[in-house]
Amino acid sequence: MKILVFVKQVPDTTDVKLDPKTGNLNREGVVSMMNPLDANGIEAALQLKEKYGATVDVVSMGPPQAMDVLKKALAMGCDEAFLLSDRVFGGADTLATGYTLAKAAEKIGDYDLLIFGRHASDGETAQTGPVTAAFLGVPQISLAKSLDVQDGWAVCTRDTEDATETVRAKLPALVTVCAEINTPRYASGKGIIQAMKKPRTTWNHEDLGADPAKCGIPGSPSETKRLFEPKHEKVDTVIFKGEPEEIAKQFVDMLEAQHLL
Amino acid sequence: MTKNEANGIWVFAEQRNGVLDKTPLELIAKALELKETIGEEVTAVLMGQDVAGLADSLIAYGADKVIVAEHANLKVYSARPYQKVAVELVNKYKPSIFIFPATAQGRDLAPRVMCTLGTGLTADAVDLGFDDEGAFVQTTPAFGGSLLAHIAIPELRPQMVTVRAHVFDAREPDFSRKGEVIVETVEVDADPDYEVLSVEPIVKNGVAIHEAEVLVAGGRGIKNEEDLAQLRELASLIGGELACSRPLVDDGWLDHSLQIGQSGTTVKPKFILNIGISGSVQYMVGMQKAQTIATINTYDRAELFDITQYGVVADYAKIVPAIIDEIKARK
Ligand SMILES: Cc1cc2nc3c(=O)[nH]c(=O)nc-3n(C[C@H](O)[C@H](O)[C@H](O)COP(=O)(O)OP(=O)(O)OC[C@H]3O[C@@H](n4cnc5c(N)ncnc54)[C@H](O)[C@@H]3O)c2cc1C
Repeated sequence: MKILVFVKQVPDTTDVKLDPKTGNLNREGVVSMMNPLDANGIEAALQLKEKYGATVDVVSMGPPQAMDVLKKALAMGCDEAFLLSDRVFGGADTLATGYTLAKAAEKIGDYDLLIFGRHASDGETAQTGPVTAAFLGVPQISLAKSLDVQDGWAVCTRDTEDATETVRAKLPALVTVCAEINTPRYASGKGIIQAMKKPRTTWNHEDLGADPAKCGIPGSPSETKRLFEPKHEKVDTVIFKGEPEEIAKQFVDMLEAQHLL
Repeated sequence: MTKNEANGIWVFAEQRNGVLDKTPLELIAKALELKETIGEEVTAVLMGQDVAGLADSLIAYGADKVIVAEHANLKVYSARPYQKVAVELVNKYKPSIFIFPATAQGRDLAPRVMCTLGTGLTADAVDLGFDDEGAFVQTTPAFGGSLLAHIAIPELRPQMVTVRAHVFDAREPDFSRKGEVIVETVEVDADPDYEVLSVEPIVKNGVAIHEAEVLVAGGRGIKNEEDLAQLRELASLIGGELACSRPLVDDGWLDHSLQIGQSGTTVKPKFILNIGISGSVQYMVGMQKAQTIATINTYDRAELFDITQYGVVADYAKIVPAIIDEIKARK
């Protein structure tokens, strides 16, 4: 079985600020990391490898530094890494990203299973997996909470708004995984050393045979017009003061005025 | 599809087991607001088997038209058959905007439809509107929710977007409203490579937090699990439900279904009391539309006070029992 796992390098921060002068993202001091849910994707692939035997290739689109997350993936136990790096790929929305990733999957070839994290922590679109599946024409299982392969089918459980479904998709298929699926392993010291000998390839758009008009900004129908910090109107706050009993009296007066008692 | 040929605002009217999801009704209300600016009709798109009866509801909630596509192979949702039919309908009618609920189904389907149509799709919008230049923009959280982005799809049509549940209010239904129901005959094969093996309903206890009119929410400031019993008691005394910020879910104290916020549920109660919650962007995006907001926090500059009408700056462990005693004394 051949499994491809797709990973993304994301900023390791939940508190991105805008430069007040330029209105651009302030990337200073922001370090990068592997998108957390992609580590769940790698773990799911490695568990299948341990159970049934498989090769696990890991693919990322990004700037040259994104090789760092691929090295981490190799250290966790993946077999081979592919970085899709080209100025042409920059500024891609999910359509252009899915196109580029699908091109890479086709070039690697012979895949049985493609695994994505449910979403990336920076964009949070949860679209890149399904878009890639659509480009490749393969079935998909999104939001998987469990994953097994039985008789040539990927079998998963997934939650909808009101039910837990067990579904299966015939390989080759694409699965996007939720955090509940597993706890990703850490790379061991041995894993890190072994990773140094594992093959790593970088491809540009020509290597992929990708049409530059479908990549990056030209291939992206959507555009971010503006980034801004959420603002809420400050309201006047009545602060209840005093001993706990006095505060409680005022508070319960307020509850009564709100007709809550 | 280019700008000039496209017209109409579409809402994907998700149904599961023949029951309409509520989010499309909220989306129809928003679509009617968009219509006020651009004057384009609002059409609900209903797919399934034996679902035509739902069209009346969609019209009652404000849809001008309903397109019904029924087929045995659409009875149970599956990505590729739904994708094929949705794409055919778009190519036939050429809407300029296509709005999907950001549900498990909407998030699964919309990207595939977008891919075949080769247009743009904005994910998980919390608002829709028009900017100063008149462009249709979708507002979405970015970078973990610390920022918001305005996304536009300037050239291609339809402009596709998934929108979160509970961010807009559905209109009051008017069953005397008239609208047009268009029944489409569709041909679609079942997907031989995808099967739903079993469906286990998720049993929900109590009132879901997005339906509760009164909430008492606890956060990381709650020192131990036992104190949650106090919050629960207070909630029931004021006719409300317990909810929480994310750390209490991460700690395994409470179920994810009780989490308010960007990666949880959006709530709009009449009254919410926040206890030991600082007011992160991701939390506030999920509750800032509450009518009345009260907050108990030891730190007087907690962000949440910015949007709080009634505040207490003190240790909840002293205040909550005193409030409970006071309520009981008055009852
Ligand atoms: C992508 C992403 C999505 C997220 N989604 C969500 C989400 O959906 N919902 C969510 O809640 N968070 C979400 N978060 C996390 C969010 O950023 C915050 O970390 C979280 O909301 C903080 O929760 P809190 O306010 O309970 O805790 P804290 O920020 O730690 O605040 C605790 C508060 O308790 C007060 N306190 C301490 N002791 C007492 C006491 N004895 N009495 C009274 N007050 C006391 C403190 O002063 C403090 O203000 C998300 C983060 C990311 C990156």
